[in-house]
Amino acid sequence: MRITGDRMLAAPIDDVWAIVTDPERVLNYMSGVTRWEVAGDVRTGLGARYRMLFRIGAAEVGGLVEVVEFDQPRDLAWTSVTGLDHRGRWRLREAPGGRTRVEFRLAYVVEGAGLSGWVAERVAAPTVSGHVRQTLQQLERLVEHERLRARAAARRRGAARP
Amino acid sequence: MAQTRTSTSARRNGHEPAAPVGTGAHRGSPSLFARVRRELTGAVQRRIPRADLDERDPDNIREQLPLFWLFSTLWFRGEVRGLGNIPDDGPVLLVGNHSGGNMIPDTMVFTVAFSTYFGVERPFYQLAHNLVLSLPGLSWLRKFGTVAASPENARKAVASGAALLVYPGGDYEVHRPSWQGNRVDFGGRKGFLRLALEQDVPVVPVVAIGGQETALFLTRGERLARLLALDRVLRLKVLPISISLPWIVNIGDVGQIPLPAKITIETLPAIDLRAEFGPDPDVDEVYDHVIRQMQNALDALAAERRFPVIG
Repeated sequence: MRITGDRMLAAPIDDVWAIVTDPERVLNYMSGVTRWEVAGDVRTGLGARYRMLFRIGAAEVGGLVEVVEFDQPRDLAWTSVTGLDHRGRWRLREAPGGRTRVEFRLAYVVEGAGLSGWVAERVAAPTVSGHVRQTLQQLERLVEHERLRARAAARRRGAARP
Repeated sequence: MAQTRTSTSARRNGHEPAAPVGTGAHRGSPSLFARVRRELTGAVQRRIPRADLDERDPDNIREQLPLFWLFSTLWFRGEVRGLGNIPDDGPVLLVGNHSGGNMIPDTMVFTVAFSTYFGVERPFYQLAHNLVLSLPGLSWLRKFGTVAASPENARKAVASGAALLVYPGGDYEVHRPSWQGNRVDFGGRKGFLRLALEQDVPVVPVVAIGGQETALFLTRGERLARLLALDRVLRLKVLPISISLPWIVNIGDVGQIPLPAKITIETLPAIDLRAEFGPDPDVDEVYDHVIRQMQNALDALAAERRFPVIG
């Protein structure tokens, strides 16, 4: 099952990239995630590993994930090493007017005996797509909030100087 | 022949060997009832699988999880809080209050949550009543890490560095009447604390609410069980009577369709017994402390609940 969401953010691509590649900020915008910890020595970049959990229904699923694509500032993809089989991807593309088109994808496979995996995948889908939508909204709020703060700081600096 | 097999299988399991079978013949012919009782005891004892921790199969658990997740999510609207209170690795003794009769709905909700939170790779065992493990058709439980409840098996599991879930209240607590649903009642069983002290493992209380609302449990039927000598034959101290689907009146809790009661489970902070109670803690004192903590948490969960079953 692949769930995709996209959104146009009024911010330059580098600002968005800085946020989605920062493991410490994942909990600030990624909806449904209850844990996102660096596992290992690499904090961010290709090969970085995170221990993550995602609340879905009566359980928190997840496990160890590893970043397998890190194409600055366009593509960030991870795949699960242990736990629920899934992949995630941030796809950022520059849009006219200094904006950024952000696409967030989550793809997961539930391996279950008999039909249970197939059913579980579909039962989980509405919740996952809700989280994808909310993640993008929260990311937008975070990015724009950061821009406002940066602008205000610049204004304050400008006002203090003369 | 049969009796040697019986006693060895019992001993392998860490149980006291069953009372010698067949010696009655020397003392004169035993009553039919006594003979039937012995035969049954032997049959049950023989069926109890030996505790082999290696029978737990992570790949199998992984395949079964989606089904249990569906039940847990859609039927019981399960909610498990505070799993982060469980140490990330190493042995740990999870101590739960037991609810919901033989269908053990809260065990299912907790096991699903634990297995997904820590991954199926983390060794996790549960102690279950002998009878549960000797029932035909439930052998898959062993692949989930369920072993027959005995001090020996518990020690083995904890010593292997695994997380072990025990319900000290056992059959006594699980069949309490529904109106005592929000009471932690271990019936004074303290073996789990002796185990925790002996093996020096932290105790993590796991408090669950909702299980006792999956049917209307009326009575434990302790006198009935004694009358039928079930305690000696099946190690059962109770013969519960409940009102449940589809039987209406269910004697002996022979399985049921559980009502879709909302099940909420809260994992409390780990208790390091020696750090809190000194190098040589008094078991009774620790017992009271654990019960009090669990009861407080259960009271809080009960206060959150507005309606029975609905939650």
